[in-house]
Amino acid sequence: MSDPIIAFDKVKKAYGHFTVINELNFEVQRGEKVTIIGPSGSGKSTVLRILMTLEGINGGVVYVGGEPLWHERLNGSMVPASERHLRKMRTQLGMVFQQFNLFPHMSVLRNLTEAPRVVLGLSKEKARQRAEELLELVGLVDQAHKFPGQLSGGQQQRVGIARALAMRPKIMLFDEPTSALDPELVGEVLNVIRKLAAEHDLTMVMVTHEMRFAREISDRVCFFDKGRIHEQGTPEQLFSQPKEQRTREFLKAVLNG
Amino acid sequence: MHWSNYLEPLARGAWVTIQFTLYSMFFGAICSFAFGIGKLSKNWILRGISIVYIEVFRGTSLLVQLFWLFFALPIAGDMIGIDLRLPPVTAGVIALSLNLGAYGAEVVRGAIEAVSPSQYEAARALNFSSLQTLWRIALPQAIPEMMPSFSNLAIGALKDTSLVSLITLTDLTFAAEQLRNFYQDSATVYTMVLLMYFGMALVLSMAMRLLELSVTRWRGTVR
Ligand SMILES: Nc1ncnc2c1ncn2[C@@H]1O[C@H](COP(=O)(O)OP(=O)(O)OP(=O)(O)O)[C@@H](O)[C@H]1O
Ligand SMILES: [Mg+2]
Repeated sequence: MSDPIIAFDKVKKAYGHFTVINELNFEVQRGEKVTIIGPSGSGKSTVLRILMTLEGINGGVVYVGGEPLWHERLNGSMVPASERHLRKMRTQLGMVFQQFNLFPHMSVLRNLTEAPRVVLGLSKEKARQRAEELLELVGLVDQAHKFPGQLSGGQQQRVGIARALAMRPKIMLFDEPTSALDPELVGEVLNVIRKLAAEHDLTMVMVTHEMRFAREISDRVCFFDKGRIHEQGTPEQLFSQPKEQRTREFLKAVLNG
Repeated sequence: MHWSNYLEPLARGAWVTIQFTLYSMFFGAICSFAFGIGKLSKNWILRGISIVYIEVFRGTSLLVQLFWLFFALPIAGDMIGIDLRLPPVTAGVIALSLNLGAYGAEVVRGAIEAVSPSQYEAARALNFSSLQTLWRIALPQAIPEMMPSFSNLAIGALKDTSLVSLITLTDLTFAAEQLRNFYQDSATVYTMVLLMYFGMALVLSMAMRLLELSVTRWRGTVR
């Protein structure tokens, strides 16, 4: 295969003495749709948060697009990344949060245009045009002038997805995008993500408990346990013929739960 | 003397009081934001200056600050050969503003810190710089939180202006003192002054309430 767009090389992450991730090796190819599953506290969110530069690392190297994310090359050696480097790297990534994290003081439209205008320097018209295309994609054209507080959870999360896409990232990270939603609203959000999954060039890394959905859209499923990949494979392999005892137990618990 | 004869001198005093209140609210608000944000700065010099300022002006009384600026500063200036005599109006406005700003800075800091960490994470994920995040994400959400405290501080500032009469400024309290000395009619004069302060406080708190409503409009739309 060609060089991966994401590569974790022996990455370590600890909070004080508590090691969350230890010597993690993890690769994602360009355009690949990867789903991470695993028990609570196994470090799934941490992996996404490290990629989104919300959380630093304590060892190893993370590469995004072949360049170190948390380091910079300086005179042949690796030094911790400056804010400038992080800002440059971040342009490749977008994230969708479990709790949506929309800006409550801005209209839906403004949620989508603010960063493109302020961060990317797009003109007002250009940003608006981009926002309208995205609202079309997520089916919320008629909600453009409402505030997040006036929308249902499912609608809010669709705005959250559109907001991240407005920055045109190469990689989209989803951290349990449907976990905070009432069951009847999950479908509308999954439909949007399904559309994105059909895009050949977009790389997606998603943490989810929606096993059926993971099976449907993923190229690869990784089972995380205790901060490392315990088992991985195509959805078919992992869900139908899991090799590891621990994976079988987990799947049995969530599928019957 | 009929009470209406007191009205004109008291009204002139009240006008001075109103001006002092508005000026100190204006400059106090600037100090509040400058030092409240300064206290949250990553730069330790800015943070240090802000902390010292806030602690000094909250830890000493307004009266002492006023006297110090008006009486002590010129003497200190003399010793180093600089003319630091301030006109009473300037000394009054500076003391009131700095005092108000110190309390306001804590309100600003508290409100900014109360903005949810998830908002900062969303801003980071969208690649806003820290200044853009402060300006476009944090402050618009924090300012509505500040408003009730600001209203209280504004009313406090109105009442505190009475201290400027002690450095010879002819505010409402000063006017009242003069009338009382002259006509020996404490009951009428002080009742009128009481009502006038109360009236001004009422108008001020209604104005602050309108301001509050105008900055919290988006909140009304939360289900
Ligand atoms: N800021 C923090 N300080 C201390 N410990 C933390 C912090 N953030 C996360 N942890 C711990 O790190 C571990 C991994 O957290 P993480 O959020 O990555 O788990 P997760 O797999 O996403 O779990 P869940 O399914 O519950 O979301 C957990 O045990 C958590 O308690
Ligand atoms: Mg998680």
